[in-house]
Amino acid sequence: MIVTETTSYQEQFERFEQELGTEKPQWLRDLQRRGLDRFRELGFPTTKLEDWRFTNVKSLTQQNFVTPLTQRVPGQLRDAGDLAAQALLDDNFHRLVFINGQYAAEFSRIGELAAGVQLTHLGGLLRSEPQSLGDQLGRQACFDDAALTALNTALFQDGVVINVADGVQMETPIHLVFITDRDEQAVASFPRNLIKLGKGSNIQVLETHVGSPGATYFTNSVMEIELDEAAELDHYKLQSDSIAAHHIALTYVNQRGTSTYRNHYFAFGGALSRNEIACMLDGEQVETVLNGLYMISGNQLADCRTRIDHAKPNCESHELYKGILDNHARGVFNGRIHVHPDAQKTDAKQSNQALLLSDDAVIDTKPELEIYADDVRCTHGATIGELDDTALFYLRSRGIPEPLAHKMLIFAFANDVVQGAKIEALKKYLEAVLLADHGLPPV
Amino acid sequence: MLEITDLHARAEDTEILRGINLTVKAGEVHAIMGPNGSGKSTLAHVLAGREDYEVTQGKVTYEGHDLLELDIEERAALGLFMAYQYPVEIPGISNKYFLKAAINAIRKYKEQPLIKTSEFLELLKSNLAKLGMDKSMMERSVNEGFSGGEKKRNEILQMAMLQPKLAVLDETDSGLDIDALKIVADGVNALRGPDRAFIVVTHYQRLLDYIVPDFVHVLAGGRIVRSGDKSLATQLEAEGYAFLEPAGTSV
Repeated sequence: MIVTETTSYQEQFERFEQELGTEKPQWLRDLQRRGLDRFRELGFPTTKLEDWRFTNVKSLTQQNFVTPLTQRVPGQLRDAGDLAAQALLDDNFHRLVFINGQYAAEFSRIGELAAGVQLTHLGGLLRSEPQSLGDQLGRQACFDDAALTALNTALFQDGVVINVADGVQMETPIHLVFITDRDEQAVASFPRNLIKLGKGSNIQVLETHVGSPGATYFTNSVMEIELDEAAELDHYKLQSDSIAAHHIALTYVNQRGTSTYRNHYFAFGGALSRNEIACMLDGEQVETVLNGLYMISGNQLADCRTRIDHAKPNCESHELYKGILDNHARGVFNGRIHVHPDAQKTDAKQSNQALLLSDDAVIDTKPELEIYADDVRCTHGATIGELDDTALFYLRSRGIPEPLAHKMLIFAFANDVVQGAKIEALKKYLEAVLLADHGLPPV
Repeated sequence: MLEITDLHARAEDTEILRGINLTVKAGEVHAIMGPNGSGKSTLAHVLAGREDYEVTQGKVTYEGHDLLELDIEERAALGLFMAYQYPVEIPGISNKYFLKAAINAIRKYKEQPLIKTSEFLELLKSNLAKLGMDKSMMERSVNEGFSGGEKKRNEILQMAMLQPKLAVLDETDSGLDIDALKIVADGVNALRGPDRAFIVVTHYQRLLDYIVPDFVHVLAGGRIVRSGDKSLATQLEAEGYAFLEPAGTSV
């Protein structure tokens, strides 16, 4: 236990307790207290822990990050308005904006919802229906061994709540925009998000994370997702945080039979980012797709971790993660696939590819396959890519100069993941970002 | 337009071209035929600038330039085009983007203004129609998931868009059914003109029924062993390459 590191968070917790405690239902106060206690016991992870060997979070302990107790009024905001406007992809999407961890109604717009869709923010719901989430909150996000999940549990104030009834097909995507607006002190925010889809329902969720340019801040986000039978969720996450930000996110997914979960992760920002997705395939014929693209340079570190638990037979999982690393950037990929004894006929594919554009860039990649069933197909591959010579020749033989051909192939490497997105506005946006990043002319 | 003199080239330790001599003038269509392993494709690749082959001897002059001294992209910018036997798939770059990038790269080299989007789309539309290609193919990644025939058509589309002076077609007929072959040949014939020349590399005479050559050369053992007019192709079709055997040059 490293007391000094956790003290400032404990103080914040006590401050919250004092100011807001009486507004909260007892079950929530108990849960948050347990989160705090566990966080204090565990402390911030150190590189001595296998799961944190390559990701040093010391920088988080050397500075105080403060959670604003109440939301500032719009007049006091600095960059939030601009950031909200930049994050906008399509005006028709349902949009919930959170600033420094709290719902910002003035930037949000929830359109007409079909019957059976609950789309709201956690802080509001806990006030209006204090007993409603007692059996949902914390059900997936177990914090016994996860210090950052414990910390989020102790300090979350807000986030999104999406509950969709059986059979509802929602066509309009839900856009969640998490903004960190700079303040006198470095801001910490702890979004807590809940998504629950009923049988055969179907939605698309897009998560954007942005912050004041150059600002140092800490986002510690937890999302809990439950998919009932045959439900389908397309989950996109765009992490464009400030270059000095710390972003640690954990997504817990529980999938019942024949459900489909597709996660597309795009990471460009953050001094330190860590995105962890844990999927429990708790039914037969489940499909899980985890795709990721991270593009980092300077001294950025991007840590991508996936854990897939094949608990039942006849499920499929596909993973494709690609990284482009320049300068002194450091990438970490850890893909754990656990095939339980019951899970015969599992089909699990995992691929991790990295392009290192500089001799000083580093990627640590670690596939971990634990297979306890005998009739399964599991493949994994990790490549430290070089550009394809035949493709380079092909482009050059059409008159494209070598430096441009190089850039086009790097773009192509990344764009391959972007093309997996089904939201057209997001695809166009990402394509434009990639082209501009590589100094290529727009489409 | 093109003058090849005593060209020798090898891949790793194997000498493949052993003294090629060939002169191609503007407006001409030359067919290069020959058995497998005779060096046909190597010749095409050496002209395009493939670095896997090392030129050990000889000279190639193209439009007054020492071709072998030019970069791959410079050759293309100066109007040399190769249609590949095995076009490369490039996932992540759309056909449309690729074509526009190529056109603009060549224009930039020639210090011409970049193509206007409307002009580009117009040109693309008319060429797609000529080749019987659906415009949806332009949104797809370069050659990715294309059938053999679609890939070949895509090569001819690129040729039509780039309007080269000298086009080298490497086994463009392989893997094509007769309908696709006709479309590809029509595409080539539409580009024939007094300022443009073609080198058509093929194993079979079939293609030459549709793209009628002015000259036919037979390549064997890394040399041109026989040259003639289009009747040579017909003779080869009837007799096969067996008549070359006594010369003992085949590899």
